[in-house]
Amino acid sequence: MQKRRKLGRGVAIVGAGMSKFGMFKDKDSKDLFAEAFKECLESVSKGIDPKDIEALWLGNFSNDFFMHQGHWGPIISDLIGLAPKPATRTEGACAASTLAFRDGIFAIASGFYDIVLVGGVEEMSKRPTEEVTEGLALATVPYEGRVGFTFPGVFGAISTAYFEKYGATRDHLMNVTIKSHNNGRLNPKAQFNVSVRDMMNSRIARAKKKGEPLPAWKDEKEALWDPKFNPPVAWPMHLFDCCPISDGASCMILVPEDMAKNFTDDPIYVKGIGQGSGRGLHAAPSLTSFEANKNAAAEAYGMSGLTPKDIQFAEVHDCFSMAELVHMEDLGFVKEGTAFKAVAEGYTKLDGPMPINTSGGLKCKGHPVGATGVAQLYEVWEQLKGEAGGRQIPNKDLHIGAAQNLGGTGGTCTFTILERR
Amino acid sequence: MALESKFSEVAENKFYSLAYHRFLSEKKLMGSKCKKCGHICVPPQPICPKCQGSELELVEMKGKGKLVAYTVIAVAPPLMVEEGFDREHHYCSGVVELEEGARVTARILGVDLARPEQIKIGTPVTVEYVEAMHGGENKTLLAFRASS
Repeated sequence: MQKRRKLGRGVAIVGAGMSKFGMFKDKDSKDLFAEAFKECLESVSKGIDPKDIEALWLGNFSNDFFMHQGHWGPIISDLIGLAPKPATRTEGACAASTLAFRDGIFAIASGFYDIVLVGGVEEMSKRPTEEVTEGLALATVPYEGRVGFTFPGVFGAISTAYFEKYGATRDHLMNVTIKSHNNGRLNPKAQFNVSVRDMMNSRIARAKKKGEPLPAWKDEKEALWDPKFNPPVAWPMHLFDCCPISDGASCMILVPEDMAKNFTDDPIYVKGIGQGSGRGLHAAPSLTSFEANKNAAAEAYGMSGLTPKDIQFAEVHDCFSMAELVHMEDLGFVKEGTAFKAVAEGYTKLDGPMPINTSGGLKCKGHPVGATGVAQLYEVWEQLKGEAGGRQIPNKDLHIGAAQNLGGTGGTCTFTILERR
Repeated sequence: MALESKFSEVAENKFYSLAYHRFLSEKKLMGSKCKKCGHICVPPQPICPKCQGSELELVEMKGKGKLVAYTVIAVAPPLMVEEGFDREHHYCSGVVELEEGARVTARILGVDLARPEQIKIGTPVTVEYVEAMHGGENKTLLAFRASS
């Protein structure tokens, strides 16, 4: 029986910001973080003096590789005028910034600091796809890369095991993709704020313009089955199963619960946090589940006293369409082996009983890896506050939302539950 | 039981990461077996991940197993591009469950790369070793061939 986790003192989020995500030729990591930071300060409804921020935790996976520049803590603290106060970089592959968020929480819970900034940044688009794939593969376990596995390859292999075990097919994965795009279309900060249908229409328009034969797709799935529209990456993962290469930044201001109302009448409270670690594909106890997820979920549910039924909506780490299904099962939102059916039935749509990835997910919002964790929490913050605009969940009584973040091939997983009181 | 090898770590039953790859270069697939709980790991681990016992021995695998997960990769990383793979020339990587119970990740040979959907989970496979130039160095890589 795991010990029940608790914080020394409660923590609340009083401000949050996120840059637009995308591939930017003329913006770098600093520009993007400045964009997120300015929005974050402005979001503190009663105002905050940035001089009162006492420390920074910054998630970054590998700008070292992507940009040949490491040591991003002090670069960002200098950028925002925080220096000489402490800046710490956290690394947990694609979960890097949730680790920053957790460390900020621990710093406040311990009583050492009262006002901290947490966030993340990544700039990936300045390298060709093959090299980005190689950079990301640094987060697989050594034995996988050597035998040719890439990230899409690992999730491809997980898909084949899942298909075999539960009878799912590529058709089911397409439901995840179509849903993500329908949500991403409503997110102005998303890298792909277009539906699959929009993308089909622009392809048809292009063919018309060039006088080429027009594709005869009768619906989204027919287009997704067409390798010219949706080429293979790593069977059964195709282009539309994979999140894009992205640049972006995100951040949040954390304070102790008892100070939160000094900054806003409507803080969002940290209800539960959890983390876990996992092994490579070859050593994992199951090929269709992440043990790190289950550990993270047990910690967060235990701390919050909540069960999966209490979670009203969630952002989960859909780096690949298949991953979304595994996470839904690992976190207990649905029974093992049933996520593909639930998605097919519309369970996770924006107006469904359990909306998943209302932001468009990593697939459409984009996945600047080090910024992703806090960007997921930013979506939960916006939804809980009723500020998600066109993609606001129609449920008028939203008060519990969650975010699950995955690093590597399940080597690091986190689960965070937020509450609006 | 002493194993034949030109490398002293075999005789001395030494565990370190590099040893696994040295064994591969001798066409030996090595694992570790926990003396306390019997758990087998490939590649070898110095501490048993199951019971955390630290009394382990190196054991050679028979090299027979079945395919439990796979992918056919079209967007290859630079390492594989060096071997001649690209968007037109795909390759298969997979997870093999050995007869001894442990699982390993490996290249998978003898499957129809043009029809990845036809590759069957559960296909019996036998160990093979691929010699390849990676980063200008000759490496022996673990592979398994599907029996038809």
